[in-house]
Amino acid sequence: MNYGPLLFLAAFFALATSWFGFVLTPQAQIGQLQPANMLGAPTLYPQARPGLARQGLEVYRANGCADCHTQQVRQSGTVCDVVLSDTGTNLPAVITALLKVKPGLSEPAARQWLEALRQPPPPTLDPRPSTLDPRPSSLLLQGLKPAEADAAVKVLNGAGAKAAVSIVPVGPDLARGWGKRRNVARDFIFDYPLALGSQRIGPDLANLSARQPDAGWHLRHLYAPRLEVKGSAMPPYRFLFEKRKIERRPSPDAMVLPRDLAPPPGYEIVPKPEAGALVAYLLSLRADAPLFEAPLTVAPVPGAAGATNAPAAPDLTAANAPAAPGATSTNAAPTNAPAK
Amino acid sequence: MNPTASCQPFDLRPSTFGLQDSANEAAAASLDASCRLPLLVLFMSAAAWLVITSGFALIASIKFHSPAFLAGRAWLTYGRVHPAASSAFLYGFCLQSGLAVSLWLLARLGRTKLAQRWLVTLGAMFWNLGVTVGVWGVLAGDRTGFEALELPGYATPMIFVGYLLIGVWGALTFHQRRERRLYVSQWFLFAALFWFPWIYSTAQLLLLTFPVRGVMQSVIAWWYADNLRFVWLWLAGLGAVFYLVPKLTRRDLQNRNLALFAFWIILLFGSWGGIPNSAPVPAWMPALSAVGTVLTTVALLAVGLSVWKTAGPGGPAGARENLPLRFVRFGVLTFLVAGFMRVLGSIPPVSNVTDLTWFGPATDQLDAYGFFAMVNFGAAYWILPHLMGLEFPWPRLVRAHFWLASLGIVLLAAPLAIAGVLEGLKLRSPDNAFMEVVKTTLPCLRVSTVGDLFMALGHVAFLANLAGLAARFYPVRAASLFSSLTLDLYKPAGAKP
Repeated sequence: MNYGPLLFLAAFFALATSWFGFVLTPQAQIGQLQPANMLGAPTLYPQARPGLARQGLEVYRANGCADCHTQQVRQSGTVCDVVLSDTGTNLPAVITALLKVKPGLSEPAARQWLEALRQPPPPTLDPRPSTLDPRPSSLLLQGLKPAEADAAVKVLNGAGAKAAVSIVPVGPDLARGWGKRRNVARDFIFDYPLALGSQRIGPDLANLSARQPDAGWHLRHLYAPRLEVKGSAMPPYRFLFEKRKIERRPSPDAMVLPRDLAPPPGYEIVPKPEAGALVAYLLSLRADAPLFEAPLTVAPVPGAAGATNAPAAPDLTAANAPAAPGATSTNAAPTNAPAK
Repeated sequence: MNPTASCQPFDLRPSTFGLQDSANEAAAASLDASCRLPLLVLFMSAAAWLVITSGFALIASIKFHSPAFLAGRAWLTYGRVHPAASSAFLYGFCLQSGLAVSLWLLARLGRTKLAQRWLVTLGAMFWNLGVTVGVWGVLAGDRTGFEALELPGYATPMIFVGYLLIGVWGALTFHQRRERRLYVSQWFLFAALFWFPWIYSTAQLLLLTFPVRGVMQSVIAWWYADNLRFVWLWLAGLGAVFYLVPKLTRRDLQNRNLALFAFWIILLFGSWGGIPNSAPVPAWMPALSAVGTVLTTVALLAVGLSVWKTAGPGGPAGARENLPLRFVRFGVLTFLVAGFMRVLGSIPPVSNVTDLTWFGPATDQLDAYGFFAMVNFGAAYWILPHLMGLEFPWPRLVRAHFWLASLGIVLLAAPLAIAGVLEGLKLRSPDNAFMEVVKTTLPCLRVSTVGDLFMALGHVAFLANLAGLAARFYPVRAASLFSSLTLDLYKPAGAKP
């Protein structure tokens, strides 16, 4: 090691290997990712964000939102649930099968649950799951390994019922309600600059619009975070808003604020275009489509739509107690509770 | 071959390069004269950037006490002052002072004058112009959004030209060396010299000029940040360590082969780190990155052993009073701590907890400030008096700077690391509401403000001493010129005023 050229070659070689490994090879593998069909649906995912949301990404970048918020949900694994989508016609056989696949379930409880499931859905024009739906969740078993789930499904289908396996990603981030599955490379192919973030000073935003789809909430939260989240450590972004004199009539966009924050009479506070763009971007944040590389089951099951991803433990899995007819189905609550 | 002996021939031991050595005095004085102007410019601007950094860092830190602090103006929002502070620190201080120390060592160890000192000075000016424009751009909302590469694209040409003007003449100085045998430090510094333009141009081209798609942006940004923070800073910092430790303890380096080993490990495996285990990329990337990071343990051990054997107990009395040596020792110690924290944070069971928490920033700060900046402070306190032939005007401030900087970085990094682990552990259980987790970390963040404050005071002391030295130098030089003209006698510029 006493020759300059040799030293140069050594360093060149070392850096070239690293460059080959972490620049060239990843580019060859994931640098050309294209949108792909969602699992079970002929829909391409992801779609490019709308223009206003793209402008919002620039506001997000300029003000360093990614310094405190990540957009990467992690998962620790996947489990399988078993869902009963059709109780079939042979009730005694299905009950026997139920008792076989779910030890600890009593016969009256199984019968009551099946009968409750068989009731027709209440008449409604709204296709979304309703809290008034008296039927219990059709979720039968939770947290199984694939082989166990397959075996249970085989027993139930043998008895004339229709059961299906649903794939459920699990992990602390998902249990927190930050998403339904982990983020994968494909989620981000249209984003520049990519704002993955490296620190969770604030909550993860990868699926923000699923949690909080209300634009007004976001505007108020940007103007005065503590209005919406008690004790929030987020700085207010009032420079995204302007205080102006009310001309002939008040702006429809004017912020409705509590008295201590409200502008003096004759004035109003309206979001600047940047605030609108930022909120449009925040509302475009959603990465929960089922993909080949991140599978999950989202297909609504007849009888209890969306049951597979219900956050709380549904009737049968919570306890062995039978589901009382009329008990509200836990899966029906949409996940638009505000961010914790 | 006796490893110690390999350090001996041609008076290569750094301990023979002192001003005390009368045979080398004239040669050393002419070398120093060639470095004086560019080094003064580089060190002074680095110190000025450091003060600016701590101003922004303090503002960012106080926002954790009161989120509404200075929140009314866009340019003072957390998401702008925070990257302004980190960019000013990395590009304004770290790279700049690292280059200054490298240039001086390349000239010293090669026993040759610094090539084209005027062009190097011009390069330093370009560099500072670029960083100024860049930090201004970050505050104006033009940050790029890529960590460690926040300075906007329009600042890049100036920074790059500045670097080339400095780096090319640094490499030429290395080429023109009259002492052909290479000392350990020269490997590190020479590799660092050309490492930066490659990683910087790759990152600039693939992130800003011809942006790559999706997650590839993050992969390249992680690769760049890791190469800058853990390869460039390590190479440039250890180059200085392997010169300063033997020099300041007046002993031979123990030993050359250990240092060579560390050099190779850092080059080969250090450059493979940086991709976090939680990243939404194919799994081989974080796995490979973890392997590379874990292998750098060997380099950490080699450096630690080498410095321990050289400067361990039993040194000459008075080493405790040697302030530059204290800075360097503290730096090496933190180098080991930061290096092991980085290794730990790359192993999946640990990274499941520490990823996406304050643990990462704590490691980065400990590495960039606790190791690199401290070693560079030591180097500056050692080099500048030799360069100017003058003592620092306020020696007490040097001591104060040491205590402020070392306490400051401990008070900054330790609470952040603790906050990171607490936060990570609490986030593992979904029963802990997110706001509760945030509240757990806030006390730690508030303690770290004290660390920021101490560091800021230290930086003011550093800048004051440097400015005082420069202000004293020119009157002394004029006086000596005057006396040389009038008395027709040579009087060295190093005379005490």
